[in-house]
Amino acid sequence: MHTAADLATLIDRHAAHDGPLLPILHDVQAVFGCISPAAEAQIARALNLSRAEVHGVVSFYHDFTATPDPRPCVELCRAEACQARGVDALVDAAEAAAGERVRLKAVYCLGLCSVGPAARVGDALHARLDAASLARLVQSA
Amino acid sequence: MTTVRISDDSLALACGADAVAAAFVDAGWTVERASSWGMHWLEPLVEITGIGWGPVTVGRVADIIAGGAEDLCIGPIAAHPFLAGQHRLTFARAGKARPLSLEDYAASGGWSGLDRALSLVPATVVEEVTASGLRGRGGAGFPAGIKWKTVAGAPGARKFVVCNADEGDSGTFADRMLMEGDPFQLIEGMAIAAHAVGAEQGYIYVRSEYPHAVAKLRRAVDLAASRIAPFAIEVRLGAGAYVCGEETSLLNSIEGKRGEVRAKPPLPALQGLFGCPTVVNNVLTLAAIPHILSAGGASRYDSLGIDRSKGTMPIQLAGNIKHGGLYETAFGVTLNALIYDVGGGTASGRPVKAVQVGGPLGAYIPPAQFDLPFDYEAYAAAGALIGHGGVVVFDDSADMGAQARFAMQFCAAESCGKCTPCRIGSTRGVELIDRIRTGGGTAVDAVEALPQMRNAGKAGRSRDEDLALLEDLCEAMELGSLCALGGFTPYPVRSALRHWPDDFGPP
Repeated sequence: MHTAADLATLIDRHAAHDGPLLPILHDVQAVFGCISPAAEAQIARALNLSRAEVHGVVSFYHDFTATPDPRPCVELCRAEACQARGVDALVDAAEAAAGERVRLKAVYCLGLCSVGPAARVGDALHARLDAASLARLVQSA
Repeated sequence: MTTVRISDDSLALACGADAVAAAFVDAGWTVERASSWGMHWLEPLVEITGIGWGPVTVGRVADIIAGGAEDLCIGPIAAHPFLAGQHRLTFARAGKARPLSLEDYAASGGWSGLDRALSLVPATVVEEVTASGLRGRGGAGFPAGIKWKTVAGAPGARKFVVCNADEGDSGTFADRMLMEGDPFQLIEGMAIAAHAVGAEQGYIYVRSEYPHAVAKLRRAVDLAASRIAPFAIEVRLGAGAYVCGEETSLLNSIEGKRGEVRAKPPLPALQGLFGCPTVVNNVLTLAAIPHILSAGGASRYDSLGIDRSKGTMPIQLAGNIKHGGLYETAFGVTLNALIYDVGGGTASGRPVKAVQVGGPLGAYIPPAQFDLPFDYEAYAAAGALIGHGGVVVFDDSADMGAQARFAMQFCAAESCGKCTPCRIGSTRGVELIDRIRTGGGTAVDAVEALPQMRNAGKAGRSRDEDLALLEDLCEAMELGSLCALGGFTPYPVRSALRHWPDDFGPP
């Protein structure tokens, strides 16, 4: 369990830089798995911002979440280039493979647009996916 | 010979390059991880004394070591037609150098642009950039030299150089390849910009979807820190917002705010990051600078291209294309040449139906217009845009009505919410396209029926009236939005409607 002291350490790491809020939020999201209302309040106090300002930033960006999701996450690119390579036809099978156990998240472009359909699990990238290889990827996530 | 070169570009990794490299290591070979040549259909590409094999799987490594695998062999890589037809300036090192080797960088002409720039007064550097004809490669095509001149002349205790590496457009990967394959070139370009405008701090804002590029850039910035001092660069991570590729929302994001677009004026060149004069340039713009500042570089750059589109453009061939990858060439090339001669047609083997140039905000172009020359003004005149140079090919199974709907849906999901035409217009656009595609027309709703709604029709709308309404909505978004997200979303919608009306359901 992470404490207010852990959070203070993360904040201190960036507080002296110009524009420290996003780097702090990235660290908090990575360590805590989310940015809770309590964390928002503590960050706001440390940076002399209002809670509303911090909440506004947290809620604006797709990468930050208010509650943790402990499930493994498979990010599947659904943007135009992967659409042109047939990703839409793979989604039903991937969803079936994911069930409730795996979070299947749509992202818009992983920069692998010439070898799609593409997906990302953590920092590992996967390309040239078909229904079978995507289902295997989801099952092994 | 027991040395093999395999790319560590993230596209090669996604195609299994690490496993292939490990198989060579297991066989007792020395593996050198280089940047990618940009021939993506051949990744993982294996190079032994200039000869290439690809795409290689672990199972074929033993074959290659034994001198076989003729079916995968492409002969001398540098002579491959895909590369021989290119004019590589920004990507001159692609495939030929180890990305984080300062030794390789210096041996291939690295730092010569910076050294020469530092021997010149800043005003002369700005003049050379202006003379080269370089225009912003992020999409807007604004002349880089003029932007730099504005920042150089603006009063300010602090000035900044910001690199826009928030490459969110689908179908584009040139920024990513440059950052992963030749990060020192970007750093050198930023250092030259800093000298030209008088900045001491730079930021590279990279999207969080590019973890490998971020890791490489951070290491490259550390390695090059003493070479570019007193100028310093910090790598900043985006957080999944497409709109942060717009320069003012990117600046807000670095400052730690919501990535909302700012109204212009004031221009970022005068009041940008933290209110100070700021150069905001795309990765490819800054990476083109070292070549331009090398001896005679500006006039060489200006001699390439057509009309007001000077120099080379790293074009990205993506989507349903047989030979996808990075194709850097002088402006003026046609889509016919790119898609058929270079790209070999569709990957699926079916006929090409449409091509989207310039990312999610770019128009869909039908085959009848494939003779359009790659040129900022020619595309603008045809109601299209070059954007960041991404070319996404669709075969005849594509449903262009669905693509138009997706454009509106994407805008709705990614709108920053600051201006009404984009925030609300995009959602109304999705609803309208759905109604048009189901052909149902619209009954009078409860609000329209109210007596005080004098201007609302009392008979419902036919499909034709819905089409006219969509055209009205596109006009409002194009002319009334603050930035390119709302302003250009009508491009894919209108072009799909104009060229493939049958995909919008029965009339």
